[in-house]
Amino acid sequence: MKLPDAEKLCESLAAELRPKLTSKTAMIGLYTGGAWLAERLHGLLGLKEPLGLMDIAFYRDDYHAQGLHHDPKRTRIPFDVNGRELLLVDDVLYTGRTVRAAMNELFDYGRPASIALVVLADRGGRQLPIAAQYCGAKLDVPAGMRLSLKREADGRLALVLEAHRAA
Amino acid sequence: MQRNPQLNEKGELQHLLSIEGLPREILMQILRTAESFVGVTEREVKKVPLLRGKSVFNLFFEPSTRTRTTFEIAAKRLSADVINLNIAVSSQTKGESLLDTVANLSAMQADIFVVRHASSGAPFLIASHVKPHEHVVNAGDGRHAHPTQGLLDLYTIRHYKQDFSRLTVAIIGDVLHSRVARSLIHGLTTLGTPEVRVIAPQTLLPAGVEALGVKVFHDMREGLRDCDAIVMLRLQSERMKGALLPSAQEYFKNYGLTSEKLALAKSDAIVMHPGPMNRGVEIDSSVADGPHSVILPQVTFGIAVRMAVMSMVAG
Repeated sequence: MKLPDAEKLCESLAAELRPKLTSKTAMIGLYTGGAWLAERLHGLLGLKEPLGLMDIAFYRDDYHAQGLHHDPKRTRIPFDVNGRELLLVDDVLYTGRTVRAAMNELFDYGRPASIALVVLADRGGRQLPIAAQYCGAKLDVPAGMRLSLKREADGRLALVLEAHRAA
Repeated sequence: MQRNPQLNEKGELQHLLSIEGLPREILMQILRTAESFVGVTEREVKKVPLLRGKSVFNLFFEPSTRTRTTFEIAAKRLSADVINLNIAVSSQTKGESLLDTVANLSAMQADIFVVRHASSGAPFLIASHVKPHEHVVNAGDGRHAHPTQGLLDLYTIRHYKQDFSRLTVAIIGDVLHSRVARSLIHGLTTLGTPEVRVIAPQTLLPAGVEALGVKVFHDMREGLRDCDAIVMLRLQSERMKGALLPSAQEYFKNYGLTSEKLALAKSDAIVMHPGPMNRGVEIDSSVADGPHSVILPQVTFGIAVRMAVMSMVAG
């Protein structure tokens, strides 16, 4: 399967988002891939509010089956989410469970005016009624494969497809 | 080789009984997870849904306010239901055995037992009898261990000093009766602290304490020199009666931490105390309330550390 160029997708996402920005816009990236993408978009868009970063480990719905994710990062949201128009950024949209967890966590910080989901790629396979408002590319990835974002040493972003490791 | 009773077959934490025997990686995982929970405790909604539907039984066979309360807060912030049992005035006085008490609580569908007991090893005994989905966290057993206190001490040191590999830490006072000291010494050495000192009169040191990898000092001024972190231990007043010490005044003169003695440590040294403090016995008020003191942050970090431990064992 030929994967699109992540760098070009970033540019096109930024171009799509730019006219939608308001004084209430703020951005939150989900660790790890979503945080990289959010850092990139935040810079490209020149957002005034500092970037928020979230690890949804404490809100996952598979805790009882899988246990706590190793080494959860600390969520840092350096602005008041109340009344914000939030751009929630993740690298790949798949089952939708991460996004659900992220929304649950967000509401423990306050009540945003709106949340829009921004993803680099939508690979299908949704298990929850969740959709991305801004999507770089739609790909049809088979269930046994893992699509993720990698960040090279020079900071360049790239989509990678690999066989899913057996759990 | 016998498996460590605290770890499951995948090497993950399933009970927290003692810091002794826990691999470095597990200790670091607890400290890093606690750091993420500190973020939760600074929010307006200080709760996450991890332990929703789980029941945490606080089994305190020995009185405690701070430890019991911080465990209760930690469990509630993980959305667990908390049941506090003050067993000292309950079943035990009616003659029920420890394991019968636990079996009864297990029948009430417990998920985590937080156990404080005057007998060393009681939490181990319980852990070896609970069902696979039940977990035990030691909240202090006899003179043996108080692992969550040790972990919160480690967390505090890491918070202020980052890297253990270049630190000198002094533990001062009644090491003999202190489960806190033992847990902390094991933790510090596991995490690669190059110099751990104990400063105490001979009568308050366990025999062969050097075998734990510490340097022994009887002269406090000598022992404090160039320390990065100072951990004061509570002088348990009941020990006074046992002729281990001449008097509280005498003890304070030799082993009480004053501003003047603190000046011998590094200028950015931190002062810790597991509480409850005896002002004027092991620590002077000017130090306890002074700029080097991190005694109250320790309490706050203790909640996050207990959240980390409970969410790791129950997951």
